[in-house]
Amino acid sequence: MFQFIFRRLSLVIPTFIGITLLTFTLIRLIPGDPIEVMAGERGVSAERHAELSAQLGFDQPLYVQYFHYVTGVLQGDLGNSLVTKEPVLSEFLTLFPATIELAFCAAIFAIFVGLPAGMIAAVKRGTLFDHSVMTFSLTGYSMPIFWWALLLMLIFSVTLGWTPVSGRIDVVYWIDDVTGFMLVDSILSGEDGAFSSAVAHLILPSIVLGTIPMAVIARMTRSSMLEVLSEDYIRTARAKGIAPWRVIIIHALRNALIPVITVIGLQVGILLSGAILTETVFAWPGIGKWLIESISRRDYPVVQGGILIVATIIIVVNLMVDITYGIVNPRIRHSR
Amino acid sequence: MSLLKLENLSVTFGNFRAVDQISYSVNEGEVLGIVGESGSGKSVSSLSLMGLIDYPGKVSADQLTFMDQDLLSMPEAQRRKITGSDIAMIFQDPMTSLNPCFTVGYQIIEALKTHQGGTKKELKHRAIELLTLVGIPAPESRLSAYPHQLSGGMSQRVMIAIAIACNPKLLIADEPTTALDVTIQAQIIDLLIDLQKEKQMGLVLITHDLALVAEVAHRVIVMYAGQIVESGPASEVFSAPKHPYTQALLASLPESAAGRARLQALPGVVPGQYDRPKGCLLSPRCPYVTDHCRNVEPTSQGSLERQVKCHTPLNTQGRPAA
Repeated sequence: MFQFIFRRLSLVIPTFIGITLLTFTLIRLIPGDPIEVMAGERGVSAERHAELSAQLGFDQPLYVQYFHYVTGVLQGDLGNSLVTKEPVLSEFLTLFPATIELAFCAAIFAIFVGLPAGMIAAVKRGTLFDHSVMTFSLTGYSMPIFWWALLLMLIFSVTLGWTPVSGRIDVVYWIDDVTGFMLVDSILSGEDGAFSSAVAHLILPSIVLGTIPMAVIARMTRSSMLEVLSEDYIRTARAKGIAPWRVIIIHALRNALIPVITVIGLQVGILLSGAILTETVFAWPGIGKWLIESISRRDYPVVQGGILIVATIIIVVNLMVDITYGIVNPRIRHSR
Repeated sequence: MSLLKLENLSVTFGNFRAVDQISYSVNEGEVLGIVGESGSGKSVSSLSLMGLIDYPGKVSADQLTFMDQDLLSMPEAQRRKITGSDIAMIFQDPMTSLNPCFTVGYQIIEALKTHQGGTKKELKHRAIELLTLVGIPAPESRLSAYPHQLSGGMSQRVMIAIAIACNPKLLIADEPTTALDVTIQAQIIDLLIDLQKEKQMGLVLITHDLALVAEVAHRVIVMYAGQIVESGPASEVFSAPKHPYTQALLASLPESAAGRARLQALPGVVPGQYDRPKGCLLSPRCPYVTDHCRNVEPTSQGSLERQVKCHTPLNTQGRPAA
């Protein structure tokens, strides 16, 4: 088992080197630099530009800059934002709860809609319900997130006026930042209607972010369930004279869930990358919006550091899925 | 008294008749053997008795009664009360017939709980009794075992324990030993026959093993392409088969080829959906076929006790009667 974990961990090192190299070079390939962006339309003189460049260390050769960056990372220093002068890590930690909250609610939506939908589609295969679920999930999976977000916003926020357009909570509330999770903080604040306002603000972004994972979970559950339903032990269960719902919920679902759980674990990456677009559209103050803004400001340390942290989270989650699977299934553990 | 009675039972999948108007009955305490090649409708007919035929399969019959209750017209929920308690079934492949996610104890107790109920302690006690009854050593510790920890023979014993949990009056065994190795086969059959005698159950034994049927069955049904081609007391059917198909099945036994270079075989296969012949279904393979056989489908002759579906049934010399 330890050998298995060690082998997986050793594969992570080249991945990290790749991520640092990619983010470092790609952000510098974009035309314009942070100084020009900061100066804005007023422009900046060549002398002042050179002076500032030297101050920020941009006059050094790229490999030297990369070396400084990597040495910093290895010492746990992701650098300071060029715009706010705050450490990247502390900015990240301030904004991360908002993203977690959104991703968590999206995951809840994806699981609580995707699982039953896939299950019922499998049980009623070939019916109108089955075809609708499969069509809807395929559409949801292929639809661009930002377009889906705008569409829902237009229908539910603008036309029907059921949900707020953007943000985390109504501007009339002033909520103290205790945990960083608005759902919790709004309750702690004790203000009337703050919690329901926070919930209302979460609904559309969660649906938008949860659509792709929901589609994946629904399709996976359906195919896994179809396979299990044709197994001999399902026939045995029915031959016992058990009620049909019990055969499905107890005997079939338990077996069908094994591959689905793996897929749910892998959706974490999709949730975090999807958060970037969702947060931007809904003006959700999380790391997605933060990263997008830092790219347009050419805030090199924030882009490099932020992407590195997100990549680390995805790698860790994948590693955990791999390891749990190794524990559950001995055949995987022993294969080379 | 007849326990199970069916008249002209058919199971159709679209246009295809997997089971074609079969009629038979099973009496209390009787062992009925059903034999025939793969694809002759043995399993499908017994699954239909359990109500396990799914859409698009359709079951129809002039009569399908169990202890004078009409199985076809009763509501689903009421039928489920009979399925698994009064009529129980064990299947061909024990290794895949138990749910891998649940312990042996859970799966036995579930059957008891569904039909009889009782306290946790009673149910557990009863499950241990059942495991002892089917000859599983250390039954108490086996309750918490998972199916993958059991051998094929053990799994089949557990399946039998589940089937007899609610003291069924009729037990259907669908090729219960096909997936097991030879030494275990004999043990499982002995166990089944012992239980049948002890509990005076009706037993429907579906098998390819003619020698086994000859030994344990009171009556035998020979099926071909979804139809019953011959039925009668086991001793009569095997000593003096009236249908050419029964004769060919018996001739294909290795024992009857003793001293010869090759085993005897009936050429061809069971007709499927698209190659059903016009007259007698056996006509393309029958050694005694006539033009009449090719054009006109024979009807069942004789009583329900001894029927044969052939234009020219064989006489005691094994030749077609003129």
